[in-house]
Amino acid sequence: MYTFPFDSAETPEHDRLGGKCTSLAIMTKAGAPVPPGFAVTTDAFDAVMNQTDLLQQIKALQAGLDFEDVKAVDAVSAQIRELIFNQPVPQAVHEETHQAYEALMALCGGEVPVAVRSSATAEDLPDASFAGQQDTYLWIIGRSNVMHKIRECWASLYTSRAMTYRQANNIPEEGLSMAVAIQKMVNSRTSGVAMTIDPSNGDRSKIVVDASWGLGEMVVSGEVTPDNFVIDKVMLHPVKRMISDKHEELIPDGRGGITRHEVEAERRNSPCLNDEELIAVARLAKSAEKHYGSVQDIEWAIDADLPAGKNVLLLQSRPETVWSQKPAEVKITSTGSGIEAITNSLMAQMADRFGAK
Amino acid sequence: MKRKSFDSPYDLKAPAGAEGWQELYPYNLVFRDNLREKEDNKFWFCDSQHWPNVFKPFETVGVEFAVRCLGAYNTRHYIIPPANGIEFRIHNGYCYMSPVGVAPELIPDRVPHFLQRAGHYFQNWDSLLENWKKKVHATIEEMDAIEFTALPEMVDWSIIESGAGIDPTAKMMADYDRLIQLAYQNWEYHFEFLNLGYVAYLDFFMFCKESFPGIPDLAIAKMVMGVDSVLFRPDDELKTLAMLAANLGLADVFANNDGAAAITAALGTTEKGREWVTAWTNAQNPWFNYTSGNGFYGSDVYWRDHLDLPMGYVQDYVRRAAAGEQLHRPKDALIVERDRIVGEYSEILAGDALATFQGKLGLARTVYPYVEDHNFYIEHWTMGVFWRKVRQLSRVLNGYGFWNEPDDMLYLTRDEVRPVLFDLATGWGVGADCIAPSYWPEEIERRRKIVAALQTARPEPAFNEPPAEINEPFTIMLWGITTEQVAQWLGGDEEDPNALKGMAASPGVVEGKARIITGPEQLDQLQPGEILVAPVTAPSWGPVFGKIKATVTDIGGMMSHAAIVCREYGLPAVTGTGSASTKIKTGMMIRVDGSNGKVEIIG
Repeated sequence: MYTFPFDSAETPEHDRLGGKCTSLAIMTKAGAPVPPGFAVTTDAFDAVMNQTDLLQQIKALQAGLDFEDVKAVDAVSAQIRELIFNQPVPQAVHEETHQAYEALMALCGGEVPVAVRSSATAEDLPDASFAGQQDTYLWIIGRSNVMHKIRECWASLYTSRAMTYRQANNIPEEGLSMAVAIQKMVNSRTSGVAMTIDPSNGDRSKIVVDASWGLGEMVVSGEVTPDNFVIDKVMLHPVKRMISDKHEELIPDGRGGITRHEVEAERRNSPCLNDEELIAVARLAKSAEKHYGSVQDIEWAIDADLPAGKNVLLLQSRPETVWSQKPAEVKITSTGSGIEAITNSLMAQMADRFGAK
Repeated sequence: MKRKSFDSPYDLKAPAGAEGWQELYPYNLVFRDNLREKEDNKFWFCDSQHWPNVFKPFETVGVEFAVRCLGAYNTRHYIIPPANGIEFRIHNGYCYMSPVGVAPELIPDRVPHFLQRAGHYFQNWDSLLENWKKKVHATIEEMDAIEFTALPEMVDWSIIESGAGIDPTAKMMADYDRLIQLAYQNWEYHFEFLNLGYVAYLDFFMFCKESFPGIPDLAIAKMVMGVDSVLFRPDDELKTLAMLAANLGLADVFANNDGAAAITAALGTTEKGREWVTAWTNAQNPWFNYTSGNGFYGSDVYWRDHLDLPMGYVQDYVRRAAAGEQLHRPKDALIVERDRIVGEYSEILAGDALATFQGKLGLARTVYPYVEDHNFYIEHWTMGVFWRKVRQLSRVLNGYGFWNEPDDMLYLTRDEVRPVLFDLATGWGVGADCIAPSYWPEEIERRRKIVAALQTARPEPAFNEPPAEINEPFTIMLWGITTEQVAQWLGGDEEDPNALKGMAASPGVVEGKARIITGPEQLDQLQPGEILVAPVTAPSWGPVFGKIKATVTDIGGMMSHAAIVCREYGLPAVTGTGSASTKIKTGMMIRVDGSNGKVEIIG
C-alpha cells in the first residue's frame, strides 16, 4: 500500500498518488512509453506523520504566524521541515520502498540514476503553479540517497512558498498529503526526433526519423548529421534509410552532468537504430499523432539500461506547424477512375518502357 | 568484376550430352542462326517462374498458347496503346521472354480503340465474366468427354448396319485435333480478362505510388486482394473434410497409412464413414482438378488422378485438428487488416484525391478477383483434364509398342503426334505392322538423354544487354525483375555470401531451419516449423503452408503464388531472390525478413 509501480494493473487513485504520479501511471497504462518508475504513496507520508503527534506540533508552530513576515515564515518552515526530516520512517514503509526501488533497478539491469519528484494531492490548484512549489531531484544514485530525497520531498510540503501559497489561497492545512515519484533517468544510447509527415514534400503517409548516438541535443542543434529514416506510416515499413557519419555524442557522466564524447570508429557509420527500434520509434510517433489528433513532432530516446521492447521512451510531443498547414506537393498523373484514367496512366507510365532499344 | 551485359544466347554452349537440343523443339521457338543480329539486339529474361524445368517437346504447348494469347489481347483485341505482347524463345530447354513495345508515333492512334474496347469490358465486367465462366466450363466439358481407346479388331456392327462408312481412326485423329483446339480456346479465354485486370490494378498501383511516394508494394496488394479466391478453395475443402472426420468421430480411421483407397474402404463399413466418403467424392469435382505443379508440365500431379495426395493432406489436417490447431486461414483478421490499411491511407487524402483513390480502388477490387481466380479454371482445371487426355492417348499408343514408357508421347512435339496417329491408322487399316515401334523408341531414348542433359544445368537469368533501368511495371510486378535484381545477376559474386535480397512479398521476420524443395514430390519431407526454400512454388502446395514458418523463392514478384499464399497465411515471404534454392542448403538456419526482402544464412 505504500508504493505503486507506474505499470501496476490497479487503478491509479489521485488521493494516493498525487497529480504527477497519477498522470505517469495513466500514461503508462495507455501505452505511452514514459521512463519507468513508482510512486511512494500518500499512505507512506501519512504513516510517517501519524505515528507521533507531529501534526499537532506543526499546527502549534504555525499558530499565530504572521505570513507577511518572511523571516518568521522561513524560520517556522525550517523548523517544521527539520521535524519531518528527523521523524523515523516506519519499518513497513521502509521495506516496501526498498522493494519497489530494487524492482526498478532490476528492470533497468542494475543500479541506475533516478529522478525523485514530489507529487502533491491538492486538486483544486492549477497544476503548473502548485507543482513548482515542490522539489525535483535529478540523477540520484543509491538506495539511501533516494530515501533521503523522499524525505526532502515530504518536507517540501512545508517550504515557505508552499505555506504562504496555502495561506493566501485559503487552502486548509488539514488532510494535506504528499506522494513521491521515483522515476528512472533516461540514459540515451540513441535519441532523436520524429515527424509524422515527410518534411521534404508534405507526404502525410510517412514518418521521418532523425537519429544519432547519445542525447538528442546534437540532433536538434544540428551539430551532428543524423541517420535519416523514412517509414511508411500505415504499414510501419522502412522505405528509405541514409546512414551518416555521426562523429560526436553527448552522454550522461553519471554525476548529474553531461559530457561530450567522440564516437569510436566502428560506431560512427553504423546505423544507430536497428529495425525493431526504428519501428518502435515510428509506432510511438504514430500513436502521439493519433492521441493529439494532429501532425506531431516528437523527441524520443532509446534507453541503454532498459530491455529491448521497453527501451524506446517518449520525451516530448508537439504539433508540427509548417507542413501540416499546407497541401502536400504530390503530382497525380491520372485522376478519377475508369477507362480514361487507366489510359492516362498507361500513356504516362508505360510509353517507351516496353522492349526494344 | 561487374559485367555490363549478359551473354548472347548464341555464344552459350549446351551442356555436355545435350548437343542438337534445338531439333527437339518447333523451329520457331529457338534462336535461329540467321537471325542473330536481330535477336541479340533484344534483352531476354528467363521466365523460370512459370517454366522452372526443361521442356519436354510436347510441353511447349503451354508457353506457345499462353504467351501467344497474352500478346494477342494486347495487340489485337484491346490495342493497349504502349504495349504489344511478349516474344518467347526456348534456349537450352528453358524459356526466355522479351516484351515488345509500340513505336511512340503509333501510340496515339491506338488510344481511341483501347478506350472503346477495354472500356466495353470494364463497363460490362460482371456480365461478361459470368459468360466467361460458361464458356470455360463448356470447353472443359467437351474436353472431358474425349476418350482415347485402343482400336477394335473389326469396326462395330452399328457402323455396318447404319451405313456410316467411317472407322474409329477418323474420330481418333479428329479428337486429338479437337483436344489441342480446346486447350488453345481456353488459353485464349485465360487472357480475356487477365490483362485488363492487371491494367486496372496498375492504375491504382501508380496512383498510390504518386500519392504516397515510396509506399510498399505490399500495402497496395493488401488493399486490393480478396480473401476468398477460389484458388484457396481446394485446400479449404480438405480442411472441411478433416473437420467433418473429427466431428463424425472418425479420426482413428485416418491414422491408417495405406493410402486413399484403403481408408475409403475402411470408412465404407459404417454409416458415418459412408457419409464422409460421400462428402469426399463430392469435393473432387471440380476441386481436385488441382495440380501440385503449375499446369505447364505433362508430369504435373493432379489431385484427382492421385487421391493419395489430397488424402495425405486430409490425414495431416485430422492430426492437427486433434491437437487443437485452428485449421482455417485467419480470414476475419485479414479483412480487419485490409480495412485498417485502406482506412489509414484514406484519412491522409481529401477531396478529389480521396474520390480518385476510392474510385480506382473500387475498380481494382472489382477486377482483381479474376486475376487470382482464373488460375484455378485454366492452369488447374482445364490443364488437368488436358494432360489426363494426353496421357490417355500416350498409353493407348504405348499399348501398341510405339514407345517404351507410358507417358513417352511427351517426347514428341504436338505436331509430330499427327503422323503417328496416321501411322497407327495405316497399320491397323492395312493389317500390317506400324512403323512407329521401329522408329520412336530409339528416337525417344535419344531425346530423353538430351532432356536429362539439359536438366543438369540451371538457366542463365538473362541474355544480352539489359535496359539501363527496368521500369516496365508488369515485368516488376509479375516477374519480380528489377534494375537491382538485374545488377545483382550481373554482379556475379555478391559482397556478402550469406545474404540474399529479394522482394518483400509478405511481412514478418522469422528464423528457422531451411528445407530445399525443388518439386512437389519432395513436399512430404517438410517438417513443421521449417522454412520452405524453392525455385518457385505453386498454389496447390497450400496444405504445407499451414505448417511452415516462412517461404523463400528464386523467382516471383508481389503477385507470385508464393507471395499470395503467404499473405493469406500470414507467413513472411521473400520472393525473387534469384538463387536461394542453390545458395541455401537443407538444414541451414536462416533468417527471413519478409518486410524488407532480406534472407540471411545464420548458421
